[in-house]
Amino acid sequence: MPVRGCLILNTSLAEALSVVLLSAVLACAVVRPWGRSEAVVALPAAAVVIGTGAISLEHARAEAERLGPVIGFLAAVLVLAQLCDDEGLFRACGVWMARTATGRPRRLLVQVFAVASAITAVLSLDATVVLLTPVVFATAARLGTRPKPHVYACTHLSNTASLLLPVSNLTNLLAFAASGLGFTRFVALMTLPWLVAITVEYMVFRRFFATDLDAGAQAPPAAEAPELPAFVLVVVACTLAGFVLTSALGMNPAWAALAGAAVLAGRALAQGRTTPTAIVRAASVPFLAFVLALGIVVRAVVDNGLADVLGHLVPAGTALPALLAVAALAAVLANVINNLPAVLVLLPLTAPAGPGAVLAVLLGVNIGPNLTYAGSLATLLWRRIVREHDTDVDIKEFTRLGLLTVPAALVGAVTALWVSLLALGG
Amino acid sequence: MTVIAWIVEGTWPACVDAAREHVPEGADITLLHVTGHDVPGAAHGAYAGLLGRGHRDRDPGTRLEHLGAASARQLLRAAAEHLGRPCTQSERSGRIEREVVAAAEGADLLILARDGDRTHLGPKSLGPGSRFVVDHAPCPVLLVWPEAAPGLAGIPPPPPDPPPHR
Repeated sequence: MPVRGCLILNTSLAEALSVVLLSAVLACAVVRPWGRSEAVVALPAAAVVIGTGAISLEHARAEAERLGPVIGFLAAVLVLAQLCDDEGLFRACGVWMARTATGRPRRLLVQVFAVASAITAVLSLDATVVLLTPVVFATAARLGTRPKPHVYACTHLSNTASLLLPVSNLTNLLAFAASGLGFTRFVALMTLPWLVAITVEYMVFRRFFATDLDAGAQAPPAAEAPELPAFVLVVVACTLAGFVLTSALGMNPAWAALAGAAVLAGRALAQGRTTPTAIVRAASVPFLAFVLALGIVVRAVVDNGLADVLGHLVPAGTALPALLAVAALAAVLANVINNLPAVLVLLPLTAPAGPGAVLAVLLGVNIGPNLTYAGSLATLLWRRIVREHDTDVDIKEFTRLGLLTVPAALVGAVTALWVSLLALGG
Repeated sequence: MTVIAWIVEGTWPACVDAAREHVPEGADITLLHVTGHDVPGAAHGAYAGLLGRGHRDRDPGTRLEHLGAASARQLLRAAAEHLGRPCTQSERSGRIEREVVAAAEGADLLILARDGDRTHLGPKSLGPGSRFVVDHAPCPVLLVWPEAAPGLAGIPPPPPDPPPHR
């Protein structure tokens, strides 16, 4: 039974208030009424749940202490990805793909899958969505091939390929903190699910986009030679090694990410290719504040009654059917609301069942968002954006692709997780 | 005579070649390219899924819209050079197949290329988009193979005769 610190409100009032505030935070994240950061509403909402006692100070502090390192880790990875872009890593990927896939759209798809999976895993899904997708589009255009399969691959893989490392997705960072797993153990358990999910996506994409891939590519071969950003690659490799090392030494791997970002930032600053302002902007401070505030509001909702309601729905144990059910529940929640609040809600409920259940939640919230935007918060936001751009998007095709990939990838990945848990021990 | 050649990534040279070969000198040729909203739309959607990231100026969908417009202009320029005759370059955006049908209204000929499975003769050699255009075109259509047409050997044998009536 959670400790309830309601000094002013009784539990049902506190729950009602928390739910209203959470709805307001999520609604404002969609509508963004004043065009300001989402944190503008989320921070006061967190202050209200703390001020009214809907969440005890002790719980709020515990939540902040839990989220603090996660947010630091996130900031370091966001900065690392932006600096990699500044140093030309993504451009180099584009040039390499264009050179080796001239006239061969199917080969380009393989390369996009490889690059997007690696970038998502190492530099997080934000890097793939924001930085890689335009490069992939430009590469397809340069090759004279149809861009749709390749751009859709980026959008799908930004979710599906974000299973591998704790840094790949904010949801992973949250689950990593909650699971008590070490960095290498997390990676060992998630490697097989990651590979299975990507393979399922690839098999579906090849068939689904057969027409576009068979249309060919007419542009002449590119003359541009790829300029390998060797320094960046070395720093990223060292950062990855640092994750393993810090984890083995019992330190938080966020330090390795911070060190990697600091090295790249120091060099770029010394060479005058970036500014301190640009680095702070890359760290996306309002977003970090939003995550912290959202975490506290969600904790208030969970503490005041949601835990009791959802507790009955979350199956216990790490047998395959239980893992499948947890992943399915997580996928549904991720589609109905969004994967960030979904993971915040489900983690406290599944953490006691052990890392297997936590990782099953991750499979659900990371693969699930590809299923459909229909009816979800993201759809509303998406529709609002495309209306602003005076365009009209047919979500039928996107949804059909999601229906073909997500259930298969989810079942495959959960089964792979179950196998990994059996082989390596949960 | 007004002729529209639908320029699509991958298959457009065959359409331009057909225009050079079959369209009489002096005809008005329009090279038409349509940019779909679906690709930038998917990027907008992926960014929308990243809750709380704020900065609308980082939305990759917007960059894709600009890149798409630039790439369409480049494609039309390449096609016009390949044609080597005076022509009009027309760029539209929207639902691709519907825009093509709308653009073809009042034209005397629409030229398009097959874009499906091109290893066999048959209905699968038309993808869903070009199938829609062929089915709904409000004018005569010249449908070309992007490369040499496959042989007749790929046509399946006729179905067996129905059993004789008693």
